[in-house]
Amino acid sequence: MERWIRVISQYRTVPGHDVPVVLSRDGPHGPVVHSTNQTARGRGIAVGNRVVDVQAIHPDLHVESADPGGDRALTGRLVHWARRWCPWTVQDVDHGIVLDVTGAAHLFGGEPALLRDIGQRFAMQGLSARVAMAPTRGAAQALARYGAAHTICTAGDVAARLAPLPVAALRLDDTTNRLLTRLGLKTIGLLADVPRVALMRRFANVAADRNPLVLLDRALGRAPDPLNAPPERPYFMARANLPEPVIDPVPHLAGLVQNLCRALAQAEQGARQLRLTIYRIDSECRAVQLATSKASRDAAHILRLFDGKFDSIDPGFGFDLLTLEATRVEPVSLQQDRLDGKRDATTDIAGLLDRLTARLGRDKVTWSTWQETHKPERIEGHVPALQGTPCPPPVLTRERPIRILKPAEEVSVIYAVPEGPPSQFRWRRVVYKTVRHAGPERIAPEWWLDRPGTRLRDYYKIEVHDGRRFWLYREGLLHDGRGDAPRWFLHGFFA
Amino acid sequence: MKSDSSYGQVSHLPKHRVSKPLEAEAVLKPPILTDAHMARPADPAVTGFVLSLLPQTDAPILWVQDHASRRENGHLYTPGMTIFGIGHPVLCVTVSHPRDVLWAMEEGAACAGLAAVIGEIHGAPAVLDFTATKRLAMRAETSGVPVYLIRSADHATLSAARERWRVAALPSQPHPYDSRSPGNPQWDVDLFRARGRKPGRWVAQYDPGAGRTADRLGLVPRPDDGTMDSGDQPVPDRSRA
Repeated sequence: MERWIRVISQYRTVPGHDVPVVLSRDGPHGPVVHSTNQTARGRGIAVGNRVVDVQAIHPDLHVESADPGGDRALTGRLVHWARRWCPWTVQDVDHGIVLDVTGAAHLFGGEPALLRDIGQRFAMQGLSARVAMAPTRGAAQALARYGAAHTICTAGDVAARLAPLPVAALRLDDTTNRLLTRLGLKTIGLLADVPRVALMRRFANVAADRNPLVLLDRALGRAPDPLNAPPERPYFMARANLPEPVIDPVPHLAGLVQNLCRALAQAEQGARQLRLTIYRIDSECRAVQLATSKASRDAAHILRLFDGKFDSIDPGFGFDLLTLEATRVEPVSLQQDRLDGKRDATTDIAGLLDRLTARLGRDKVTWSTWQETHKPERIEGHVPALQGTPCPPPVLTRERPIRILKPAEEVSVIYAVPEGPPSQFRWRRVVYKTVRHAGPERIAPEWWLDRPGTRLRDYYKIEVHDGRRFWLYREGLLHDGRGDAPRWFLHGFFA
Repeated sequence: MKSDSSYGQVSHLPKHRVSKPLEAEAVLKPPILTDAHMARPADPAVTGFVLSLLPQTDAPILWVQDHASRRENGHLYTPGMTIFGIGHPVLCVTVSHPRDVLWAMEEGAACAGLAAVIGEIHGAPAVLDFTATKRLAMRAETSGVPVYLIRSADHATLSAARERWRVAALPSQPHPYDSRSPGNPQWDVDLFRARGRKPGRWVAQYDPGAGRTADRLGLVPRPDDGTMDSGDQPVPDRSRA
């Protein structure tokens, strides 16, 4: 909800605090409530209710769609941010983050101060966090979700602290949860009092990550529950501190690139995106971005991509610090060149794409993509070569021109009958007489895509006296009720 | 032995020294830089002619167009290329200035992974001079990538191209089933300057069964002095008189 408010406030006005707002997600029987704001919670709207029911009770409800993928991505980023407190952090289900703060709390002035600091730092980002600390991972997440705020639980009182919490705090699945509630085992304390043998026999077939006995053992510290923290993303940067300010970055670039490539080679990585930043002496900085189509750690190649990139950079009164970062890296293993000493063709083309894109711009160097559509000018699309992959053109059943005009140019025509081909037309101030023609080929607009007024097209292939073959079309028909007399356009040329 | 990473080592084999080609081989080599002039404005015949010359591989083609040629002669429409037996993916580069066209073509001509490099320049700009074409020709001869330069609104100024063609559309062949509609295209191709080959003028058409591997072009010689009139008599033998 808080992420939604932050995202939405960039585009439009956020609903006021007195309006109940819910985010919905798809459930098995229609949309259900995914998240609520303070007002909605105050009116008794709970997560998991059906949106239609809630809307019937509260007509002024404001419903928006949730973005669970974006939430997960945010939690994934927060996991790495949370390494400011301890080195072992891992993403938990349902927007949870688990921190293993063993031996780290004293750096922040003790455990209560650490929890306060975590709460404050999240609040500074506009996010609310429920924090709890416990000797085991299961107990900590149960206390954070269901216990009092900022609970600190020591090894001795885990069982006592967990006892009043509902069994759902163990993160059981719905079936087990319902079964336990029906049996009267509503809290963890009651569950812990049941003899182990009975529980073991009853839940023998339930998988370990949903088995109440296993989860209880993990929460109470009787079974191991290790934390598998994802590694930090590798970060590659080379920097050059200059003794006095200079204007021209080019002489220092070769050393920087070599340092970066050496670091990349040691980690067996290659750069996909690079950023060179100069720090000017008037405390401004300027950056140059580059991208490659294939991960590379070839110093000569990267150096060549920077050719001519410094014309647009303003060095001011000079700069004394240069950094070169690899902002995106991908693993690259060593590649065997061909034994005859020639270079591999695919690496050749990847290098060519990099050089062309670096100099001409991302949108100028493109591969073609294909769409299934009726309109001839929409069949071919273009994607930037750094993102797309090459694919050969599709085989069309009808003859198509080799060149087309974008947009089609209007021509003035003389025709024998309005439904027939033109006998003469004028294009770019030259009059052409039709000698032979083929057509019409009718291409109708797609009714499921186009606006209602769009007119169909009748295409003619027309050969003029000197042998050139044009592709003309008449837009619409006479008296088709979609505008005036149809206009004629020249769309393309046949070879 | 040089080590490239902490895990593996690369051994650099000594490079084999390439000997210079002989003059006789140079004649047999396929044309490397080819100029194709548009005889008339917005005449797409030259595109079809160039496409018929391309080798049939799976490697991509680099196609570079400047702004003026896109506006005057139209954008390349790759679905239409299949008619000429071309199944290559096309790397399209659209730039505004002819200087960038030449630069991109030169980069492409140095890249042996491409099937061909095709550039289009409209209106004989000053940057397209003898030096620029010579650079292109030498780059192409080093890498072996055929380079085609489609020039429009250009009076065949100085060029270092190894072959220079002028291409115009001709009335098409009769359609086998419909006398009123155009049939297979024919082009009037004029090789007006060539190295190691005799210039000439032909009627060309796309011919997939031409039997040659290099191109798919059927060439019929075209007499410059027209067809023979029915009233013409053989020249009398003067030695007898």
